[in-house]
Amino acid sequence: MSVTREQVIDFIYDEARMLDEGRYTEWLALWLPDGHYWMPLDYQQTDPLNVTSLMYEDLFMLKLRVERLNGARTFSQKPKSRCHHVLQRPFVDEMNGDSFATTTFMHYVETRLDEQQLLALTAKHDLALVDGSLRIANKRVDIVNCDAAFRNIQLLP
Amino acid sequence: MGKYSGNPAAAAALFEGHQVHRDVYIDPEVFRLEMKHVFANAWVFVGHASQTPQKGDYFATSIGDQPVIQVRHSTGDIHVLYNRCPHKGTKIVIDRQGNTGKFFRCPYHAWSFKTDGCLLAIPLKKGYADTGLDQTESARGMKAVGEVRNYRGFIFARLAEEGISFEDFFGDSLSSLDNMVDRSPAGRLEVAGPPLRYMHHCNWKMLVENQTDTCHPMVAHESSAGTAVKLYEELNLPEDAPKPPAMEIIAPFMSPYEFFENMGIRTWPNGHGHTGVNHSIHSNYSQIPGYFEKMVETYGEEKAKAILNENRHNTVYFPNIMIKGPIQQLRIFIPLAANKTLVESYIYRLVDAPDELTARTAMYNRMINAPTSIVGHDDLEMYERAQEGLEADGLEWVNIQRLRTGEEDFSEEVVENGTTERQMRNQFDAWARFMTWDAPAREAAE
Repeated sequence: MSVTREQVIDFIYDEARMLDEGRYTEWLALWLPDGHYWMPLDYQQTDPLNVTSLMYEDLFMLKLRVERLNGARTFSQKPKSRCHHVLQRPFVDEMNGDSFATTTFMHYVETRLDEQQLLALTAKHDLALVDGSLRIANKRVDIVNCDAAFRNIQLLP
Repeated sequence: MGKYSGNPAAAAALFEGHQVHRDVYIDPEVFRLEMKHVFANAWVFVGHASQTPQKGDYFATSIGDQPVIQVRHSTGDIHVLYNRCPHKGTKIVIDRQGNTGKFFRCPYHAWSFKTDGCLLAIPLKKGYADTGLDQTESARGMKAVGEVRNYRGFIFARLAEEGISFEDFFGDSLSSLDNMVDRSPAGRLEVAGPPLRYMHHCNWKMLVENQTDTCHPMVAHESSAGTAVKLYEELNLPEDAPKPPAMEIIAPFMSPYEFFENMGIRTWPNGHGHTGVNHSIHSNYSQIPGYFEKMVETYGEEKAKAILNENRHNTVYFPNIMIKGPIQQLRIFIPLAANKTLVESYIYRLVDAPDELTARTAMYNRMINAPTSIVGHDDLEMYERAQEGLEADGLEWVNIQRLRTGEEDFSEEVVENGTTERQMRNQFDAWARFMTWDAPAREAAE
């Protein structure tokens, strides 16, 4: 089975929609077990490990992050945050058999109580076709003002 | 004019030993006094020498509300100058760091200065002939802060020209900094990447107090640390399977009260103190292969063990930094307004130690102290709820009397039960003294 460029692009849109609608169980199921969600702290950062990143999370951390959002004593989520992605059409940078790489520019809005913040993002996905389904092998999200002082970013840009 | 302007003694009186008045957190006039007196008369952390390794390298930051530049002078030593042109006031450097070469040049009218601040040249200088410019403070160049000390790579400064010496201010509390640096087999640290920058809408002192608040982790962080433990148990991994990194870093926050009671708190004079006298959440980190051997090479086995067996948790250096010796982290709580604080969290590499140690420190920094951290989120929530709650007129005092059974002498070093709030009181004792530090001089001048 093969995957078309169109299907790869749809996958990126679908993922963003899952995050905006809070369908985290479905979202976690997109990930391959060894994947990492990386959000660099520095502009054009190359090393995720030996300098600080905003996030560099394995599946255990991502599950923990998602599970915590619904906890009875998750004080920073009372009330809950909401988020909203606006995507430019994803660029499919690579299609090599079962692996794919995309770059997507997006605006991300996160809001809670009376505060709302807007972040401009570049999301880079490494996708893999496993048992007929597209999955996320790795995801890197660069915030254009990554070196700015942020308030809480509580959901998943 | 309100209750406190021009009256630091009135502000200092807001600390009553067992309680502190809410105005220390919410009143803009008290904040102005803190900047003018506490941050001017105390020794305040500026930056690390490795942020300015080459001659001409500079790093722009602030001491309290004062814009300053840390710069490596042509002689190799580090100077701290006010970031202000003596001509019209323009900030000399705008970016956070860079290299200025042999001199600073103001971007507005091109006055130039040596990297120790001395005036070098003024374009069309004949325009100042016979004006008496040389009699003004403008002609002296960029102003330097009162005193600077490079302690094993950590740059501290006192803004005031005269005042307490570095040694008297820190005393034996430097043992925590020593331990952090000694953990490098080369006895040297280097900054590892840029800091996390996290904006809080609360008073800076709430963040400082929280560093030795050992009764909050299992409560405020139940949603992250408690959930981590629960998820791990659900995995049902065999005992000897490697634990997810989050378990090593986050789960210890869920330790019971007894753990924190027994860890102990030590306080030193002038507002310094630390948690983790006997053990800490960093005690049970896994061994990194090859590290101990390198330490033994440098120090010999006995001293290497002594260095590594020290597991101090958070050491607060009054007024506004915290270090974690065992993982080489430094957090600075930069006061911006009574209700606004910028937190910057730095990490350092142990020179000549395995990279895995730096990687674990970087992991700690992002998991616990990032704006994206599930632990940090709940801390910020608590601070900001407090900042808002303090506006309530029904109660005007904040209670800090846990394990305080009588008058306390903060001029002596003591070790107490790890859940005491003595270190918070110790900070306020120092705060009140530095608030009124220059009162005799001011009264003499008036």
